[in-house]
Amino acid sequence: MDMSTSPVGPKMKLVMVGNGMAGVRTLEELLKHAPGLYDITVFGAEPHPNYNRILLSPVLAGEQTVDDIVLNPLDWYRDHAITLHTGKKVVKIDRNARFVETADGVRAGYDRLLIATGSNPFILPVPGADLPGVISFRDIADVDAMIQASSQYRHAVVIGGGLLGLEAANGLMKRGMEVSVVHIAPWLMERQLDEPAARLLQKSLEEKGMKFLLQKQTAELVRGESGRVAAIKFKDGDSAPADLVVMAVGIRPNTELAESAGLHCNRGIVVNDTMQTFDPRIYSIGECAAHRGIAYGLVAPLFEQAKVCANHLAQHGIGRYQGSITSTKLKVTGIDLFSAGDFMGGEGTESILYSDPIGGVYKKLVIKDDKLVGGVMYGDTVDGAWYFSLLRDGKNVNELRDHLMFGQDHCGNLGHSGINKAATMTDDMEVCGCNGVCKGDIVKAIREKGLFTLEDVRKHTKASSSCGSCTGLVEQILAVTAGGDYSATPKTKSMCGCTDHTHEDVRAAIRQNKLLTIPQVQQFMEWDTPNGCASCRTALNYYLISTWPGEAEDDPQSRFINERAHANIQKDGTYSVIPRMWGGNTTPSELRRIATVAEKYNIPTVHVTGGQRIDLLGVKKEDLPKVWADLDMPSGHAYGKALRTVKTCVGSEWCRFGTQDSTRMGIDLEKAFFKMWAPHKVKLAVSGCPRNCAEVAIKDVGIIGVDSGWEIYVAGNGGIKTEVAQFLIKVKTEAEVLEYSGAFLQLYREEGRYLDRTVHYVERVGLDYVKKKILEDAEGRRALYERLLFALSVERDPWVERAREGKLAHEFEALTV
Amino acid sequence: MTKWLEVCDLGDIPRLGARVVNHGDLAIAVFRNADDEVFALEDRCPHKGGPLSQGIVHGKRVTCPLHGWNIELVAGCAVPPDVGCAREFPIKLEDGRVWLDATMA
Repeated sequence: MDMSTSPVGPKMKLVMVGNGMAGVRTLEELLKHAPGLYDITVFGAEPHPNYNRILLSPVLAGEQTVDDIVLNPLDWYRDHAITLHTGKKVVKIDRNARFVETADGVRAGYDRLLIATGSNPFILPVPGADLPGVISFRDIADVDAMIQASSQYRHAVVIGGGLLGLEAANGLMKRGMEVSVVHIAPWLMERQLDEPAARLLQKSLEEKGMKFLLQKQTAELVRGESGRVAAIKFKDGDSAPADLVVMAVGIRPNTELAESAGLHCNRGIVVNDTMQTFDPRIYSIGECAAHRGIAYGLVAPLFEQAKVCANHLAQHGIGRYQGSITSTKLKVTGIDLFSAGDFMGGEGTESILYSDPIGGVYKKLVIKDDKLVGGVMYGDTVDGAWYFSLLRDGKNVNELRDHLMFGQDHCGNLGHSGINKAATMTDDMEVCGCNGVCKGDIVKAIREKGLFTLEDVRKHTKASSSCGSCTGLVEQILAVTAGGDYSATPKTKSMCGCTDHTHEDVRAAIRQNKLLTIPQVQQFMEWDTPNGCASCRTALNYYLISTWPGEAEDDPQSRFINERAHANIQKDGTYSVIPRMWGGNTTPSELRRIATVAEKYNIPTVHVTGGQRIDLLGVKKEDLPKVWADLDMPSGHAYGKALRTVKTCVGSEWCRFGTQDSTRMGIDLEKAFFKMWAPHKVKLAVSGCPRNCAEVAIKDVGIIGVDSGWEIYVAGNGGIKTEVAQFLIKVKTEAEVLEYSGAFLQLYREEGRYLDRTVHYVERVGLDYVKKKILEDAEGRRALYERLLFALSVERDPWVERAREGKLAHEFEALTV
Repeated sequence: MTKWLEVCDLGDIPRLGARVVNHGDLAIAVFRNADDEVFALEDRCPHKGGPLSQGIVHGKRVTCPLHGWNIELVAGCAVPPDVGCAREFPIKLEDGRVWLDATMA
């Protein structure tokens, strides 16, 4: 039943209490999914429409204005027929009669209620806390009060040396006040920084003129003659002048309203994975909600919650929020700081340190069981996003270890070095080379469309949506433009928007439950869409045929066009045809046939590829079966996530340096693995001596013949991410080359995520794991090789089937009316 | 005025697939979804002219094979934030036969 469109009868009533970022984001998502499902009423205690609270610091610092940070102007509410009550505080929820009531008696009935009341600043219970001139740093009114005070008074004291306190202090200093920061802990930002990083931060803030009173506990705020606060007194007897006191000692979930309505609260309004409170008609999200014991205070997790909540409100009933891991960046201009995860380290962890106190750079990476579990960076945070993604994906970093500290550019990410300091880039500098997107385009889209997540930026600008190598840079631009805490993401990465399951979950389910068709998988795993999308269908098809060769049937409609037509689509809709030339060898007869075909079908371009083959470009689709028939050569699979070329040199047969017959070895490998589908394309090469003319170092499997046998290298890559292949083993015989290479490829076929090249797969699991499976476990290796041979035994040459046997003829025939 | 032209049997179009129908110089993509509904759009993605007929069909959308834009099969418009529409043609299914009106709008 589809209830999301044109409901019959009166609309349901949705009331939202709180008009902040998380709540309004929920409404935006809801309006996308199910416009017109609800009559929506919003109550906000502040007199403003929804604004970006993260950017209060730049407003205080005079770098932006209040207008700049409004996310949803009043027009937005009007355009979506949302009734907005600003400046009205809801004080009562009647759960039986189902209405809410404000302090001044405005009532609104609800079918669904969303509590998004956010949090309150914690006020220290000390004498004088209620004096004029004592404020917190939470909303526009606080910022106004601070700006006002800065024009009349001189001494400001900020209590709290955390993220918010330092941002407030920085802003007040920029407004011309003398600012002291009082902090109870021995160093600043102790929840985000370790001591050395905090000392560097303190030093550079002191150079800007900020004063620090560390390990000081506030005893009292002293009233002056005017009735306003005049000084602060500490427990050790010291005191300091204070015309303005800003308390930034933490926030508390604002649960007052929920508690008064009898909803279960425990350090936040307790919600389940669909963001429902103990009263299922009432949802809660944002800083007021406690999900699995955590009340999040950063934007990205809250937007994840918003997505799930909106989905549920739209009655799709799918999607669960499963928690987030978060990272932090301080928004003080000129200070570069990043921390994530367990940055302190401790038992069972190791730390890699880089410390340059004079240059003001400090980095610490914490590693546990070969995985990055946390890090803190000061002074140079260029690689923050990269570290964060390593951390989030739980990648094995053992092999990166030596280079890890020096960042992504030192780990094989060619082509982008030197241009990845997002903040220093000019607007016309290109960020995404695939889609031609400049920094200015991205900044503009983020500002104008109110984007917060990488996913949003990708959708709107296409930046980093193709090869993905500029992802870190886009994330940095997002951080600089939209505010600091952009980059937290769900703990696990789902396959696509159609499901919450990961690639690994899906593969396991296919194997354990013997699922044989895409609809079976989608039903069993409760897919969110009726028949998936272009991303998941292609992946599922591969997982099925690779798990159950000979049993699961290939679904052409779930193949990308190239693999459906068995040729490469070109920009004008024609196709290219690359016949297989075993090991790069060809014959006069083959060349004659290729020439004849090119002339007969008016093929405009004949091109020699980098993989030692010949490419016929510009073939009309309806000609494909005839071209294949006339060529009478095997499919080169140049269009597929499959075995492509096996590049060879001429080896000992001709070359005066050759030590092994590399051409023969290449042909044997290519014939053995012909028709092999894989998570992504697979390229092999064989060189006959270490001069390596076949360039094996950038192949998925590269073989080098030496006098005493063959060296096998794996997981090289010559594409987007140039990566030198790693040495796996040296073997003696040709049979061993086949078995070890085949076993490695089968391991990748069974465990690689769809669209991961071998380099990504090995990066994820680690070469040690591969060695354990292939080198140490002889029986396992043979079993892997056997499984590969079996899978290949049931595959047929797709060109023969289509050119000679008329398989799927409709694919190549147009209709005419 | 509508001018219906008989195209093919429903069975001639693969489920979750498409066929190209040529009408003079015009190429029209005729789609069939999982529920056996049929749709007809000009075979040109509003983005860079990619042949929509060659895309992957899911729900009531097709993903263009060239750059992955998603196009609504009803009305032919790109799924936001992408902007642009492929021309839609009237199409109907009667007794298992597919009929198309390819007259220029």
